[in-house]
Amino acid sequence: MIRLEGLTRIFRVGDQDVHALDGIDLHVLPGEYVSVMGPSGSGKSTLLHILGLLDQPTSGRYLFDGKDVTGLSEQEQARVRSEKIGFVFQFFHLVPRLTAIQNVELPLVLAGVLPAIRKRRAAQVLKAVGLEERGTHRPEQLSGGQRQRVAIARAVVTQPALLLADEPTGNLDRNSGMEVVNLLERQNSQGITLILVTHDHEIGRRALRQIKLMDGKIVQDLCAGPRP
Amino acid sequence: MCRAKAMRWADVLAYTISGLSRHKGRSFLMVLAMAIGISAVIVLTAVGEGARRFVVGEFVSLGTNMVFVVPGRSETAGFTPAIFGGEMPRDLTIRDAMALGRHPAVLRVAPVNVGEASISWQGRSREVSIIGTTRELLAIRHWRLSKGNLLQEGDPEQATPVCIIGAKIRREIFRGASCLGKVVRIGDRRARVIGVLAPEGRSIGIDVEELVLVPVAFAQQLFNTGSLFRIVVEVRDPGAISRVKTFIEDTIRGRHQGELDVTVVTQDAVIATFDKIMKALTLGVGGVAGISLGVAGILIMNVMLLAVSQRTHEIGLLKALGADRIKIITLVLAESGFLALVGTLTGLVTGWIGLWMIWKIFPALPAAAPWWAVAGSLFTGVATGLLFGWLPARRAARLDPVLALTRR
Repeated sequence: MIRLEGLTRIFRVGDQDVHALDGIDLHVLPGEYVSVMGPSGSGKSTLLHILGLLDQPTSGRYLFDGKDVTGLSEQEQARVRSEKIGFVFQFFHLVPRLTAIQNVELPLVLAGVLPAIRKRRAAQVLKAVGLEERGTHRPEQLSGGQRQRVAIARAVVTQPALLLADEPTGNLDRNSGMEVVNLLERQNSQGITLILVTHDHEIGRRALRQIKLMDGKIVQDLCAGPRP
Repeated sequence: MCRAKAMRWADVLAYTISGLSRHKGRSFLMVLAMAIGISAVIVLTAVGEGARRFVVGEFVSLGTNMVFVVPGRSETAGFTPAIFGGEMPRDLTIRDAMALGRHPAVLRVAPVNVGEASISWQGRSREVSIIGTTRELLAIRHWRLSKGNLLQEGDPEQATPVCIIGAKIRREIFRGASCLGKVVRIGDRRARVIGVLAPEGRSIGIDVEELVLVPVAFAQQLFNTGSLFRIVVEVRDPGAISRVKTFIEDTIRGRHQGELDVTVVTQDAVIATFDKIMKALTLGVGGVAGISLGVAGILIMNVMLLAVSQRTHEIGLLKALGADRIKIITLVLAESGFLALVGTLTGLVTGWIGLWMIWKIFPALPAAAPWWAVAGSLFTGVATGLLFGWLPARRAARLDPVLALTRR
């Protein structure tokens, strides 16, 4: 599903080159559950952004579904994001003026899906995250945990193959954090490849495969169980 | 799942409106700025156009089959005869005017003299405009009398001391007393009032209510001149104007020892000149109003730039959710275009309301927005919205989604 070969990302800070990612080689199979851990500045988020086609590697190759996506045009990358990838962010990033269900619908709206179809889809997913009652609420009327569940519903409404979560519990208390992780894991058990970036070791340890980054390099790649 | 590549227009619109409704005050002000610009263009050009139509209409109402003979030659001569020959341009005389009536295509000829003098009766007096002419001028100008008789027919060289006065002069000098047959003093002469002009409003700069008409020869004595101000010739048929013009030039040249020392102006030429001047004025005024449209456009641009930087997260999110640069540009342009369109339409409506008020207040002015001003302002309005929306849209499209999403 994902194959990274010698992936490097260099940021220029002042007159210094910072290697955020330094020759990453990684192979992720479809349906895997991977957690990425490491101290801040180790390159976790950069890795996730590159995996999500929001950022470009300085060098190296990124094969998605066997296809090299590093050379794709901006338009083609947007299309891959729209069809294959779902994002969950630490700060939820819901559009405040839209209701929960409208937020969930948004990726389908951008993809030009007909209202009848997307309304049904959005209602289904919202039900799957247990918020069918909250569809007409605006984000500010929802708790942090509920917001993140809306965000997860939005991430999976397009039925992506890859779900990327960037510190999804970073802004939540323990209980709602666990709820959110459970929900993400449920998506994984339904076949979505889940890559979860986290600070939290307890959450990170739940993943079957745990990757530790340090200074832009993979320093540990643990498989805690049988790979799917 | 069926997927079209582009967003649906209804969705773009709904998203735009949801964005704008978050900032009602700001959106309202932008619409207002646009609306003021548009209605300024409409009202100002309508007034200009109204003035043009008024002036042209006044000229046309006099009849387009008119020719004016003015003393003096308006052309650049190689030398000035007055210096070399000691010869001044000859007077244009009443006899010249009479000679012009001999052509079969000429319907009426009226010699005209004008001047200012005081008119007084029983201690009340005021300054008035005096026109010395014959009864023909009343027919040419469609002036009617509300009381009394026309100037006499007969030899126009006879200085009969009579006058026809305007309605306002009658009110001010006679104060309701009967005026016909009374003798008034005009300048240093006396004249009997034989008629009162019907008040017919203004007629190209001449207020009929404040006018005094006297026989042309009387006016010449009054102003101590042997020359005429001009001769007005009415031609039977507009097709004959050029023939009559040639006839006039030949006649005058014959009567003035071979010297063509007059200028013959046709009504058409006068109308065309005024038309041109008024059109240029309207265009200029419209252009000045158009500047306010540009100002409104810059306002829209600034506010859209602000909106884009306020919504950095949202734009980053849209990108993460699969929006490419075309979709982002579409959304931003839709917003500025929508504002401009609503502003333009509001401006059209308020412009028409303004016009309607002008019609109510100045019914005499045929104010109407010319089609090019309406079409032009509509086009400019929407084009400004899109043009000035382009910069913010491009900025939004170039936004780095990673920066947009990671910053709190």
